[in-house]
Parts: sequence; C-alpha cells; structure tokens
Amino acid sequence: MMRKSKDKIAYLLLSPALLVMLISGVIPMSMILYYSVHDSFYGNNFIWVGMNWFQQVLSSSEIYGAFSRSLGFSALIISIEIPLGIFIALRLPKEGFLSNLYIVLISLPLLIPSIVVGHVWKFLTLPEIGLISSGIGYLGVTYDMNNPLIVWITLALMDSWHWTSLVILLCFAGLKNIPEAYYQAALVDGASGWSVFKNVQLPKLKLVLLIAILLRFIDSFNIYQEAYVLTRGGPGVSTTFLSHELVQTATIQFDLGEGGAMSVIYSLVVLCVSWVFFSLIVRKNNA
Amino acid sequence: MRSKQKIFVAPIIYLLFILIPIYWLLIMSFKTNTEIGGSVTLYPHQPTLDNYLFIFSDKSWYMGYINSIIYVLINVSLSLIVAIPAAYSFSRYTFFGDRGLFFGFLTFRMMAPAILLIPMVQIFSILELIDTHIAVALAHCFFNVPIAIWILEGFISSVPKEIDEMSKIDGYGLLKYFYKILLPQISPGIAVTAFFCFLFSWVEILLSNALTLVYAKPIGAIMTRVASVFIANISILSAAGILTLIPGVIFVIFVRKHLARGFSMGRVG
Repeated sequence: MMRKSKDKIAYLLLSPALLVMLISGVIPMSMILYYSVHDSFYGNNFIWVGMNWFQQVLSSSEIYGAFSRSLGFSALIISIEIPLGIFIALRLPKEGFLSNLYIVLISLPLLIPSIVVGHVWKFLTLPEIGLISSGIGYLGVTYDMNNPLIVWITLALMDSWHWTSLVILLCFAGLKNIPEAYYQAALVDGASGWSVFKNVQLPKLKLVLLIAILLRFIDSFNIYQEAYVLTRGGPGVSTTFLSHELVQTATIQFDLGEGGAMSVIYSLVVLCVSWVFFSLIVRKNNA
Repeated sequence: MRSKQKIFVAPIIYLLFILIPIYWLLIMSFKTNTEIGGSVTLYPHQPTLDNYLFIFSDKSWYMGYINSIIYVLINVSLSLIVAIPAAYSFSRYTFFGDRGLFFGFLTFRMMAPAILLIPMVQIFSILELIDTHIAVALAHCFFNVPIAIWILEGFISSVPKEIDEMSKIDGYGLLKYFYKILLPQISPGIAVTAFFCFLFSWVEILLSNALTLVYAKPIGAIMTRVASVFIANISILSAAGILTLIPGVIFVIFVRKHLARGFSMGRVG
C-alpha cells in the first residue's frame, strides 16, 4: 500500500465534482426530504406534518405489492444474468480479432436506449405479427401477453437481453486480469476445469462480480421505461413496479408529500440492500 | 476436441440471442407497415427506404438524435472533467472525511431517476435551464460522476506514485503533470469511463424527457410521442430504433480494446 499525503489541495481537486453533485444530487435529495415531512398547497405554503406522509404511504397496500414485485424482479434478474454472464465470459476467446469482434457485438444491446428496448420487445411479442409470438404460436401454444406469467417471462428475457452483456464485459475484464501463472500452477497440480474455476477464477472474480451484482440490482430495481412501454404495468398491476407507483404519485397526481415519503422509503431500501452487497465486497476484498 | 467445441458454442448461441431481435428490428425498418401487418416475413419482400427518408426529412425527428448526442457528449465531458481531479484526490491524499465522501458519492449512483424527477424540474426551472442540453447533461451527472470517480480512482492508483514525485522534481506544476503525465498514463481508464458514462446517459429517458420541451427533446421522447399517436406505425419506430444504435456502435469501436480492463481495478473499502 502506498503512503498517501495530507494536503489541502485535495479539497480543491474535489470541489468541481462536489459542485456538480450538489446541483444534481444533494439539493434534489434534500428537497425530497423536505417534501416528505411537509404538506403544501399548490406547491407553496409548506406546513410541517411530521411522519404523516410516511404513515399514509406505509398503510397503503399498493406500495407493498409494487415493492415486492420490484424486489422479486431484481432477484430474478440477478439470478439469471450473473450466472449467464460468468458462463459466457469464461467461454469468450481471450485475444485477437475474434475477441474484439465479440466485445463489439456483445456491447450492442447496452447501447440501445431503454425506450427502444421496450419497443423491440413489444414488436417481438405482438400477437400474430411478432417473431416470438408467431414462432411460439407455430408450436401450437398461444403467447398471451395478458397472462402475467408470460409477461414476466418476456420482461426477464428483455432485461437479460439488454443487460447481461454488462455482466459479461465486467467478468471478461476480471478474467483477463488473472495472471497466466495462476493457470500454469493449476495445470501443474492437474486441476480439472471445474476446480480451476472454483479455486482460481471465482475467487479472483469476486470483486468484479459483486460490482456487477450491485449495478444490476440498482438498475433493475429502478426499472421504468422498458417495462412501461412493454406492458403499461399490466395485465392488472402484475408488472407495476415501485418506480411506476412513484412517478404516478409524484407527477400525475403531483402529490409532493406522498411522493417525497415514497422516495425516501424507496431510497432507504436501495441503500440497505446495496450496503449489504458493499460490506460483502469489502470483506471479500480484504480476505 | 470436445473442450475446443465447448469454447465456441455458448458465445455463438448467446450472440444469436442478442442479434435476432436486432435483426428483426432492422428488417422491419425496411418494410412497409402493410407488410408488417400482413404476416411474419423473415426478410423484407419489398424493401423500402421510406422510413429512413421520413426521419431524415422531418426536423423534429433528426434533431432528436442531434439533441441526444449533444447532451450525452456534454455529460461525458463534464463527468470526466470533474471526476479526474476528484479521483486523483481520492487516490493520492488522505483528508478528513475521505472514506465517507467516497461512499457518499456512490450512494447517489443508487438513486432512481424517478425519485429526483420533480426536484430536478423545479431546480432547472429556477436556473432557467429547462429545455436546454446542459440541464439534461447536468441532471445525468448524479449517476455518472460517482461511477466515473470509482473507475478512474482504480486506474490512477495503479500509476506509481514515484512518477508524481519525479515530475515535481522536474518542476512540473499540478496542471502540467495532469496534462503531460497522468492523462496519457490512464488513457485506457478514460476510454472505459467515457464508455460507461455514454452508456448510462444514452439509455436514460425519464429525466431527459421531463427536462426538455421542444428545442432539446431527445429522440426517445419523440418516439414515445409517435408511438402513442400512431399505434400502428411500427416501421418508422423500427427505423428510428436502428438509428439510435449508430452513435453507440461508433463509440464502442473506438474503445473496444480498453473495455476488457473495465472495473477490474476499482477501489472498495
């Protein structure tokens, strides 16, 4: 570990980043906190109401439904994308033209705006004229987008299509950074493919993997646009996620207090889960 | 032989999974709505360029792409400009609250754009920046600056500190050191950071739509408008979707060699 120096210039170097984060992060978040404990009339005249909004949000059953759907979606997404990402990354060619070609092609879905992703999967599953629905229909099964199970499968497919590539890129980078000597040593010991993976690659990948899990958790928990374009939250409320409830409350009903309280609860959940992942990363990194 | 086959089968199947929807989008962009609505065809039977011509002849459409590209590029540059000195500071100095501040930055990466929607609209209204590219670029900083600092910190920490001291002896000031020594050393890190900032800013639509009205409307918002008006206009939306891929592809071709280094050296703890 290199020695670091103490210097006032550190703050100076940080100040541009702090200024930008003040405008785009700290001030908006403070406003949310303020709204969550005040009531307002026509967006001004704020009156302190304490925890009222929180009680109201926590007593509505819709929020628990949306919350469990969001959490369930994140769990589903992580359990698909992380193993699949590792699996593909392990099998990519490491060097040369083919390797570069794979990297470029695999990155493609990442570069598509979320709204376009929603449209692509909507078109794929349109009744009669979509590729997936007509392909499945050919087998004699109806691909019914009014069936919650089918809709969830489509959402999971869509998100895996869009974001598994991120996990692959991160794992691929992690694998490339394992020194060749480790493999040589394993080869000398006569280790099988699985034990090389378990004892050499996986321990070295832990850090990258937890970063991947963290990013995928945050962004899948915050899913908004793709799901909205594809399903409009339906059928019923089967794909209405926490972010949809929030945007509905905050912008359409323009309910600052309730939206604020929801936002605070929402952020606390994301922070808590992320904190668990983080402490895992730190422990794994120090071990 | 068996292991050799195994190496290539899985990535190829995965590539098919990725490319088939893109192929589907591509062929729909060359079809007419009549053909799309008629039956499933695996290639356009009467290929047409009308969808693309329509987009390139309508100002609100092609300006959508230009607007998106402008605010994404501003965001990427801004994120890099503020994150490089910050990452250097985290890498080289200890100061009061450094650890807390580092994680403080990262917590903002965890916030949902949906949460910050209303306050951001209010802040940028007060600053009179609504409907400008700079508003969207600034708004996207809350998720991109933390990630940029995180990646760059790892890359800067891998540059030996002796180089700092040597350049000091040579009489380099901090600015000259950054420009002449540090930046060339961490150029792969800058490329990777730029890629991730580009990516997260390019795909975001909720904030970029809410903060713009007419002059800085992103392409995604224009597509939404069309999608809600003409339910059946799949061919135009497909062409528009294909065009959204192009800036990213150009970008990724430039940085492909560096991508393999990614986050692998990020700091934690």
